[in-house]
Amino acid sequence: MTAAAIILSPFLAMPVARWLGGRGGRQARLLALVPAALTAYFAADFRRIASTGPFTITAPWAPGLNLALAFRLDGLGLFFAVLVAGVGTLIVLFSSRYLDGHAEAGGFYLWLFAFMGSMLGLVLADNVIALYVFWELTAFSSYMLIGFEHDQPEARRAALQALLVTVAGGLALLAAAILLTRIGGTPSLTALRQAGSLAGHPLYLGIVCLVLFAAFTKSAQFPFHFWLPNAMRAPTPVSAYLHSATMVKAGVYLIARLTPVLGGTTIWVASVVAVGAVTMIVGAVRSLVETDLKRVLAYATIGALGVMMLLFGIGTPEAAAAGIVYLLAHACYKGALFLVAGALEHETGTRDVTQLAGLRRAMPITAVAAALAAASMASVPLFLGYVGKEQFYETLSHADVGATWSLVLMTSAVAASAAIGAAGLVAGFAPFVGARVSFPRTHEAPASMWGSPLVLAAAGTILGIVPNLIAVPVALAAGAATQSDTAITLAPWHGLNLTVLLSAVTLAATFALFAVRGSLWRLAWPEGLTAERLYTGTLAALDAISRRTAPALQSASFRSYVLTIVATLVALTGSSLGAGRLLPGAGNWTRALFHEGVLAGLIGASAVSAALARSNMAAVLSLGAVGYGVALLYALLGAPDLAMTQFAVETLTVVIFVLVFAQLRGFGDLSSRLVKARDATIAVAAGVLVTALVLFISTSGTGSRLAPYFADAAPRLAHGRNVVNVILVDFRAFDTLGETTVLVTVAIGVSALLLIGRERRS
Amino acid sequence: VRSSILQTAARFLMPLLLLFAVFLLLRGHNDPGGGFVGGLVVAASFVLYAIAYGVDAGRRALIVNPSTLLGGGLLLALASGVPGVLAGRPFMTALWTDLHAGSAELAIGTPLVFDIGVFLAVIGVVLTIVFTLADVALAEE
Repeated sequence: MTAAAIILSPFLAMPVARWLGGRGGRQARLLALVPAALTAYFAADFRRIASTGPFTITAPWAPGLNLALAFRLDGLGLFFAVLVAGVGTLIVLFSSRYLDGHAEAGGFYLWLFAFMGSMLGLVLADNVIALYVFWELTAFSSYMLIGFEHDQPEARRAALQALLVTVAGGLALLAAAILLTRIGGTPSLTALRQAGSLAGHPLYLGIVCLVLFAAFTKSAQFPFHFWLPNAMRAPTPVSAYLHSATMVKAGVYLIARLTPVLGGTTIWVASVVAVGAVTMIVGAVRSLVETDLKRVLAYATIGALGVMMLLFGIGTPEAAAAGIVYLLAHACYKGALFLVAGALEHETGTRDVTQLAGLRRAMPITAVAAALAAASMASVPLFLGYVGKEQFYETLSHADVGATWSLVLMTSAVAASAAIGAAGLVAGFAPFVGARVSFPRTHEAPASMWGSPLVLAAAGTILGIVPNLIAVPVALAAGAATQSDTAITLAPWHGLNLTVLLSAVTLAATFALFAVRGSLWRLAWPEGLTAERLYTGTLAALDAISRRTAPALQSASFRSYVLTIVATLVALTGSSLGAGRLLPGAGNWTRALFHEGVLAGLIGASAVSAALARSNMAAVLSLGAVGYGVALLYALLGAPDLAMTQFAVETLTVVIFVLVFAQLRGFGDLSSRLVKARDATIAVAAGVLVTALVLFISTSGTGSRLAPYFADAAPRLAHGRNVVNVILVDFRAFDTLGETTVLVTVAIGVSALLLIGRERRS
Repeated sequence: VRSSILQTAARFLMPLLLLFAVFLLLRGHNDPGGGFVGGLVVAASFVLYAIAYGVDAGRRALIVNPSTLLGGGLLLALASGVPGVLAGRPFMTALWTDLHAGSAELAIGTPLVFDIGVFLAVIGVVLTIVFTLADVALAEE
């Protein structure tokens, strides 16, 4: 219970985050204590699993439904958890200055913490359904954060686009999670992974399609990558955190997590590797023609996500280890460069790379952080980016895909790496070198703004020099992803071999591309090649369908709604009654007493009078008479609770009707004979059906076990003798809560509609 | 035109109805009654008052805004589920305690809190609808 509360502590901290975050930068800085403590906690867990192996935490959730919150702390999950909490700490520190004084800063921290909790839940959840819930929660908090500047229509549009794309993937994940649970017999990821591959199952292909769709949309893979550059409308710390360091890697995580269950087959490896490779090329190339600093970084991120997808698609222990190192290197340099971009924009007011130059004197510390990160991104030796790319090349050279495909993959890997590297230099090097461009009031960013990128960039540098520091965590993470036990040594230098040669070529190409950046910027990406048309096209098609179908389904006529509901009820219930020959039995009839007969006649006469009434008032009063008659019947038949409620409801209904009359047109005879006949038929059919049902229930003679159970249990378990009320407030209190919520919603809806109507008229 | 017969009757009936409603609410656990019907009776008494003295007088007599009752009642009903969680049981598990006053004994539990929440929410629902409708209807005239 406590351990689960620690994992989900960012959720618990949400109110505090909102309160402290809204009070200004100095107070908001304190919020970094939460992710900092979490980082230490997960790091300690890492030491624990290194010696004693992974473990599971369970906390009761809904024991009545046999549901528990289960978290699995293994190498893969904890690797991501440390990343999420660690980068989160730096992001909070950076934001405290970046958003200082923003009117809605409190809301920003609220959603940032919501995201942090969802992301931790996502990577640690052991239950596939819980994984799905956290997956959607990350999408929703991302939506709120992209649309943070909600007074800008572009930001709202980008937020909605990211939400629709990733939630569509989320729904596919839900379907896959349900199928996995049904087939595997358990929702536990650990158990599913231990049970092994589902490759032979008839539904295997379907599950693979669903999982891949979810992973590709979340990790911005081609052709769903278009949402990520648009998501750059978010405040820069959000881009650094969600859209480069953590959330977009959830798809990669899902692939890694499910590799033991779904991976290893030709279809899996081929699709993931192919999509990863195409994404890698598309993202890397397009990052060269963009001129907005954040869009450059966003497309480079897409390229890097392609690389990770490709590596985890191959799925061997070696590839997984390469993927983990690449992922960590990417989180360090890309997080740092995004934050540098934020600092640059904060100080100069622009993100246009063609404008930014010569800032090294004005912002020396930021320049150092940016240069270190850019070097790592350009995979200069002795930086972590270099180690990651070496591992990437090494894996590709061993990949078992045949000579031709090996050559194709290798060539595209070198090309993509060079382009990504050049984008890194554009983002982290170009703004600081060259002739000084005068910006008004440019000075060094405050410490809290250069501190976070500097820490990230320094981490990438130190780990590049002594990569073996992370050998154990990487081995644990890769081992957990592939369910293998491999020792890994990471070194900055592997001796002279093919990989080193390719690295030298890449580096040369990187600098060549960087040198011609000016002419690349003049190129525009062809409009016909934008994948976003897929999105706008789908939305337009959906809109067209809705425009056709909605008027038929939502006629805005109360009568047609009631008619549809009642007719459906009569048709379905009547047909199943008829098919089962469930007709009222002959026996067990009780003789009707005289006053009961009189009452029944009265109710019937009032109903007929309501139907034939010639004025509003007559109709309502007749209906009221029906209601009171039924209430009397309840009282006579021993249901005083129902009777009282019915009396009160009828009284209030008449009052409300009288008030509504003021809103209605005068009473008129508007329907044709045919319509009246149709309505009468359905009404009579409904009456006959209900009568038959009641007769069937009361004469079928099958005693219910519920009545004696509640009569016995109500006083014993719930301290009450009134069974009806005890059921309402205790046994089924959750239902009552739901019903109360519905009532409250209706009241709000009614008053909103009335007030809107009044405003329109005045 | 206000009817003085109705006004006098409303003034006498109102306290009786309110008392009856509370009586219904509290006895609901063992005898016919409960929060829902109790709430309806309270709402009906205020509707009666509003018919006799006008909607504004009705609003004033209620003191709080009906939408406050709406949200407050729902929150109270929701909150009644929390003690169960704090006691390590599933959400909305009923908890009971016995109060002793001399020889008298009274069992008090979270279902009573829940019922009061429903009671307040029902008052809020009916009066929100009726008062808004009446406002709009009066504005029409």
